[in-house]
Amino acid sequence: MSGVRVLVGTRKGAFVLTSDGKRKDWTVNGPLFAGWEIYHVKGSPVDSNRIFLSQSTGWFGQLIQRSDDGGTAWEPVGNQFIYDGVPGTHQWYDGTPHPWEFARVWHLEPSLVDPDTVLAGVEDAALFESSDGGASWSELSGLRGHGSGPSWQPGAGGMCLHTILVSPNDAKRIHVAISSAGVFRTDDGGDTWSPKNNGLHSEGIPDEDAEVGHCVHRIALHPSRPDVLYMQKHWDVMRSDNAGDSWFEVSGNLPSDFGFAIDVHAHEPETVYVVPITSDSVHFPPDGRLRVYRSRTGGNDWEPLTRGLPQRHCYVDILRDAMAVDSLDSCGVYFGTTGGQVYVSPDGGDNWKAIVRDLPAVLSVEVQTLA
Amino acid sequence: MIRVVLPAHLRTLTQVNGEVELEVPGPPTQRTVIDALEARYPVLFGTIRDPATQKRRTFVRFYGCEEDLSHELPDEPLPDAVAAGTEPFFIVGAMAGG
Repeated sequence: MSGVRVLVGTRKGAFVLTSDGKRKDWTVNGPLFAGWEIYHVKGSPVDSNRIFLSQSTGWFGQLIQRSDDGGTAWEPVGNQFIYDGVPGTHQWYDGTPHPWEFARVWHLEPSLVDPDTVLAGVEDAALFESSDGGASWSELSGLRGHGSGPSWQPGAGGMCLHTILVSPNDAKRIHVAISSAGVFRTDDGGDTWSPKNNGLHSEGIPDEDAEVGHCVHRIALHPSRPDVLYMQKHWDVMRSDNAGDSWFEVSGNLPSDFGFAIDVHAHEPETVYVVPITSDSVHFPPDGRLRVYRSRTGGNDWEPLTRGLPQRHCYVDILRDAMAVDSLDSCGVYFGTTGGQVYVSPDGGDNWKAIVRDLPAVLSVEVQTLA
Repeated sequence: MIRVVLPAHLRTLTQVNGEVELEVPGPPTQRTVIDALEARYPVLFGTIRDPATQKRRTFVRFYGCEEDLSHELPDEPLPDAVAAGTEPFFIVGAMAGG
């Protein structure tokens, strides 16, 4: 029988939540790696038993764990993320040059075709690749070296490469997003990169329409239309219909266009989900009401989804990597909160239920749909 | 024989209960002890020293004989009692929130 495995990274360990296709009754396994920050856990699309996990602390640094049995047994693999050549500098918060320093892995993106290949987005922002199951890593340094790298500045959360989207149609086309530099795209597998921020407008930076320097929080695509991208920017929900060559705003009637997470329905490429957050200084839902907003028109026209979600006294945040969808016939939508809840909607957002309520702050949520 | 006490998170990683006992060639130093420790437990690579610079991580401390050895040079000999195995070499996660 089909089922789902939800991979949850938190401030103090990882959790694996499993259910059958009804997604009504759940088994909770964890914490794994208790006490460590688990920024991201993601399974291989071609081997559901292979899962990669980013484990770190400020004390003992970064480890990468790999499971080959669906998350029961784990093996530490390679943790050497060495910048290619002389790392150079980026801008520090005060505008002075600051050496590139590896801090942690924010995001792991397993290959769509090869279980041994995985990309890693790291802080300070760079993209690494492993082709041996995580045993060794090498930087795709064309990204940092394309020209604008010395001008990148960290956002409040650090200068992180947090989103990696590999085109299902062309493995050499990859989009990444960096806070707070923006979106970049390669069409040759990572050798050369171009900024893809035309149409973004950000108040609070010296040139509000700059080619680089926007605080992009997350981008998402539907596999059937990889050139259509959706973005949750610091402020503004944006859309591109040409693989990032240009963007236009689709915030429409959202109560706030600030937020972090964004995702696309598994079977409806025009159905998009966001969770509006009040503002950049007030990181909780407007009016203390936790509402997911769904657009069935690719943006602009949004409807609140509230059934099963707290509509009073709710002051949690939903972080950028903490929303995912499954690909069962009735698409499941999932998100985790900084209050430790993980919510599921087994019917595309109409009805919600907390799978768990009291985990550590949730940093990431990914879902594997199991045959 | 050198006795090493690991902090809790690193004992979990290495699946070690209690102290680690290491044979270290030559006069033991921070560098040779940690080299030997990483050779025994490869999972510790990068957790005590930065993998790029080989410097002690900011929030890792080294203690021995009731002294903070963290700022000693990595090739300085460890205290005689640590070298003789009568006192352990402590690797400590600094008290810094969390």
